[in-house]
Amino acid sequence: MTAGTGSFAHALLHPNVTLPEGLTDGNGQPAGRRLNVLRNNVASSLGEALRNGFPVVTKLLGTENMKAIAALYLRAYPPRSPVLSAYGTDLPEFLAGLSQLSHLGYLPDIARLELALRASYHAADAPALDPSRLTDLSPQDLTESTLSFAPSLRLVRSRWPVHAIWLRNTQHDAPKPVAEPQDVLITRREFDPVPHLLPRGGADWIAAISKGQSLGDALDVAQTTAPDFDPASTLAILLRDNALTSLTLKDQRL
Amino acid sequence: MLDTARLNRLPAAPGVGFKPQHFAAIMEDAGPVRWLEIHAENYMGDGGRPLAQLRALAERFAISVHGVGLSIGGAQPLDKDHLARLAKLVGWLDPASFSEHLAWSSHGDTYLNDLLPLPYTNATLTRVAEHIDTVQSTLRRPMLLENPSSYLAFAESTWSEPEFLAELARRTGCGLLLDVNNVFISSVNLGFTPQSYLDAFPLSRVAEIHVGGHDHDADDHGAPLLIDSHARPVAPPVWDLLAEVLARTGPCPVLVEWDNDVPDWPTLRDEARRAEHALQTVAVG
Repeated sequence: MTAGTGSFAHALLHPNVTLPEGLTDGNGQPAGRRLNVLRNNVASSLGEALRNGFPVVTKLLGTENMKAIAALYLRAYPPRSPVLSAYGTDLPEFLAGLSQLSHLGYLPDIARLELALRASYHAADAPALDPSRLTDLSPQDLTESTLSFAPSLRLVRSRWPVHAIWLRNTQHDAPKPVAEPQDVLITRREFDPVPHLLPRGGADWIAAISKGQSLGDALDVAQTTAPDFDPASTLAILLRDNALTSLTLKDQRL
Repeated sequence: MLDTARLNRLPAAPGVGFKPQHFAAIMEDAGPVRWLEIHAENYMGDGGRPLAQLRALAERFAISVHGVGLSIGGAQPLDKDHLARLAKLVGWLDPASFSEHLAWSSHGDTYLNDLLPLPYTNATLTRVAEHIDTVQSTLRRPMLLENPSSYLAFAESTWSEPEFLAELARRTGCGLLLDVNNVFISSVNLGFTPQSYLDAFPLSRVAEIHVGGHDHDADDHGAPLLIDSHARPVAPPVWDLLAEVLARTGPCPVLVEWDNDVPDWPTLRDEARRAEHALQTVAVG
C-alpha cells in the first residue's frame, strides 16, 4: 500500500488501520504516531462541528457520550461537503438506529428540531408581507387567499414533547416536560430562529398553506383533526416574525 | 518583480481572522486592524446573520476570502459544486484577495475537514498546477497558495516544498501566502532550519503573511512535535521569524490567526498590535 489519498483517508478515519507506507518523520524514520495528529484533527474538528450543531442533543447525552457517538457517526456518515453547516443531516436516523439509545425515544426528534433551527438560521432573507395586505381584506377575500412563507420558516412534527424538552434544556426556569405530542413552528424574525409550540391542528394548517391551499381550505383541513383549532394565534406569530412574504387573491391565481 | 497589486488588494497592515463573536467589538474599535480574513465555507449559506455580518464588515474593511475545503492538493478533480459556491461568494463579495492551501481534504465524496499533506513529485506538481489554473479561470482572478504545516514527509517526494511552491507560482501565475507559523512548525517537526526554507522560498511572490499560535507535543522518539492549533498567542520565535521575513519582503499584509479557544476581542487586538509593530519596524528600518 502506498500513501495515496485513498489509503491515507481510510487510515485517518479508522484508527486501527495500518499506516500507509512511505510516510517519514523528515529524517527517513517511519512517521509512527505522527499520523495521529491528523487523525485527531479530523475526529476532533468534526466531533466539535457535530456538538456545535446539536447543543441540546449534546446536553441530553452528555459531552463524553456525544463525543463517542460523533466518532461512530463520522465513520457511518462522513461529511459529503466542505460546507459543515450541512454536516449532521443524517444524525436523527443514526440516533434512531442505536439500540443503546432506545430509552431516549425523543432524541431523534430533538435532533430534527435542531437541524431545522440550523437550516432556518442559514436560510435566504426575504422581505416580509405588509400586514395591511391581510387586515385590509374582506373575510371572504381572506378565506380565498393563499400565502407564501419566508424561506426561514420550518415545521417539525413530533409524537414527543420536543418543544418542552428543547425549552427545558435551553432556558432557565422552563417547566418540566409532560408526555404529549408537540408540533413546532420555527420562525426567524431577523437573524435568530425561534421555535413556537403550535396548537393542535396548527401543523396541518401550516402544511396545507405551504402546499398552496387557500386559507379557508387550510382551516378545513386543520379542523378535520382539531375541530376547535383557531388560526388567530399562529397567524399573529407569522405576521409578527416576518414569516409571510406574499399574499395572492383568488382572482390573481390561474 | 511580481505585480502584487494584481494579486491582492489587501493593505500592508495587520489583519485578523474574523470570528462572529467579535463582530460588535470590531465595529466599535478595530484597533490597528485594517482587513479581515473569513473562511469561505462559513459563508456559503443562503442568508441570515453570517451574510449580513459579512456585508457590514465589507463596507468597513478589506476582506480576504480564505478557502479551507477546495482540496487543491487532492488526487481527484476539483469538486465542481464547491467551486461554484466559491465563485458565487467571490462574485458578490469581490474580496481583496482569495487564498487556499497546498493540501488536500477530500477523497471520493468524503470531506475530512483537515489540511492533509501530499508528496511533492512531478505528477502532483502537474495536477496541482491544473487545479490552480481551474480555480483562477473559474474565479477570474489570481489566487494565493499557502504553504502547509507538516507533521510528516513522503519518501517519494522529489521536490523540496519551497521549490515546489516556486514552480507552481511560475507555472500558474498564482501568488503565495507565506504562513510563518507553518514554516516554524514544519522546521521543528521535520528537522530543518526556517532560514534554509526561507532562502529557497520565492519571497518575491509573497503577497500575504500569516502568523498564529501552536501547541507542543512529542513523537514516538520523544522528538518535539509542534501542533498547528491556532489556539493561543503567537509564539516568540514566530514573531522573530516574522521580523526576518518582513526584513526580506518589505511591508506586506500580515494576518493573525486564532481559530480555537478564541479569546476576547481586546486580546486578539493586542496580537494585531504586535503585528503592526513588526510592520512599523520594517517600514522604518
